[in-house]
Amino acid sequence: MSGHRRQASWLLLPSLLLLLALFYLPQLLMLVVSLGRRSAYGGVVREVSFANYLRAMEPLYLGILWRSLLLAAATTALCLLVAYPVAWWIARRAPARWRNALLALVILPFWTSFLVRMYAWIVLLRSEGVFNMGLGALGLPRAELLYNDFAVLLGQVYGELPFMIVPLYVSLEKLDDTLLEAAADCGADAWQAFRSVVVPQTLPGIVAGCVLVFIPSLGAYLAPDLLGGGKTAYIGNLIQSQFAVARDMPFGAALSFVLSLLVVLLLLFFRRPLQSAQAL
Amino acid sequence: MKGDLRIRGVSKSYGEVRALRDVSLDVPPGQFVTLLGPSGCGKTTLLRLVAGFERPDAGTISISGQDVTGVPAHRRPVNTVFQHYALFPHRNVFGNVAFGLEMDGTPKGEIQDRVHRALELVRMKDLGHRGISEISGGQKQRVALARALVLEPDVLLLDEPMAALDLKLRKEMQVELKNLQERLRITFVFVTHDQDEALVMADRIAVMNAGRIEQLDGPEELYEKPRTRFVADFLGVANLFRGTVRGRKDGLVTLRTEGGLELHAADDGGYPEGIPLWLGLRSEKISLVDRKENVLEGVIDDEVFLGDWTDWRVRVGQEVLSVGEGNVLARGRRRGDAVSLSFSADAVLRLEDAERVT
Repeated sequence: MSGHRRQASWLLLPSLLLLLALFYLPQLLMLVVSLGRRSAYGGVVREVSFANYLRAMEPLYLGILWRSLLLAAATTALCLLVAYPVAWWIARRAPARWRNALLALVILPFWTSFLVRMYAWIVLLRSEGVFNMGLGALGLPRAELLYNDFAVLLGQVYGELPFMIVPLYVSLEKLDDTLLEAAADCGADAWQAFRSVVVPQTLPGIVAGCVLVFIPSLGAYLAPDLLGGGKTAYIGNLIQSQFAVARDMPFGAALSFVLSLLVVLLLLFFRRPLQSAQAL
Repeated sequence: MKGDLRIRGVSKSYGEVRALRDVSLDVPPGQFVTLLGPSGCGKTTLLRLVAGFERPDAGTISISGQDVTGVPAHRRPVNTVFQHYALFPHRNVFGNVAFGLEMDGTPKGEIQDRVHRALELVRMKDLGHRGISEISGGQKQRVALARALVLEPDVLLLDEPMAALDLKLRKEMQVELKNLQERLRITFVFVTHDQDEALVMADRIAVMNAGRIEQLDGPEELYEKPRTRFVADFLGVANLFRGTVRGRKDGLVTLRTEGGLELHAADDGGYPEGIPLWLGLRSEKISLVDRKENVLEGVIDDEVFLGDWTDWRVRVGQEVLSVGEGNVLARGRRRGDAVSLSFSADAVLRLEDAERVT
């Protein structure tokens, strides 16, 4: 028994080392930096002060954080809304022999860099872009599609969608058909069966998908930067600009920690549904 | 009338496979009907058509005097006990039984009462709070039964509900289910491939083969007088021969099998001359000790010990007959021994070969 345990801990070693070297150590460095102060030339003056954290709590930055939360929530909700029917169709309607191919199609965009795909959206959305040319050809007025919140949300939903579809697909594929028949047999119409059988049965996939979409969306920075044109600030852009533009590493590090703390708090808050989802 | 089930001329195909061919079946209220047959005979398809999970290609189904052919499953006055129970894993025992009542908006207090009564009926009243993963197979079956019965269906459909239980528990549940049905007087349509189960429980048995009902009769008539070769074979008639009429005398008809066996059957006027016929003879109707009309000389080829009786394989000419005789009466016989065997002319079954009449 103890031999098995020792073997198990050996198997953990590679990932532990990796986490330690590439996650915990940098986090520790960031913590040290976040407690310091920016030097005149953009370096870091070592000290122990919470000034950066207090600054992060100023209304300006809290507003940006709030907007990032809204963006992440909207992205997650839209992804769920779009992904559920797609996952349902692939898992339960499409011919079985096509399922893997369809799933591969969902994941296919990952073969291209996210950056390139964001530029592709610019080509599609800009005022001389594909959509507006189409509108013009139909004799319709042009629309301002790029450099606004709509474009940011579109880019985010587009980018995160596969992370929602895949976990939903997995839980929908496992859903037992006879449970749906049993629900109908007990008098449930399609909507009632969906609400009281399908949703609870696919909760693990829903929760996993939401977590996988929400957390990266919170720190999103490419879509807001490229599709939003940097007009509205989100926390991801703010942090990036602290490091790259303002050269205020201590403040950027502090903002990063605030963001991480927020994610941890949210995960703690949703601990119960997460656990119940695992139990299923 | 409430509880009346009428199936008229129902057909159903899946691609090339014809699952049901022009099936008609009337079940009066309160009757326990069993659909019996091997897998692929169409019995489950017929049940699913009644439940409303599938639509027939042709024909009509009416329940309690109402045509429900086009009515979706959730609005039919029937409930189903599924083969693997199909209980909702995210609900406890109480929640499963309460499901249907919640769906039709029954008040909370009434749900409590009715669920408790239903759980009491299946002797599960103290286990309402248990999770589905925390109860045994037999208990799951009771919950599935309670979930269906709590909705007071006109017709209860049961799709091989005993298949997953061990033999002893199955025997107990058969008796319990039969008693429950007699008490509630609800129409039961029970699907099984187990002939013993069908004989123990049903008021009437519909034996199905290749998408058709081959015979519909009470358990005793079915056992004693199977009408087709398939039914006889499925209900364990071990001796099946092909034979032709050779002559008639004194109310007996003389038949000769392809294997050269001569036997006499009671002439009921149904034996045509000159055409090969299927004949059947139950092992237990042949005796090694009594002497009756058909007395034949043979040699014991093999013996299969089956507890309180032995299945003797006796060679008579080119035919090998299966003879069931109690061990006390037939004691001392060995392989290779010459024996006389005998059976009554009434025991000979004349069988149709329905598979040929397509």
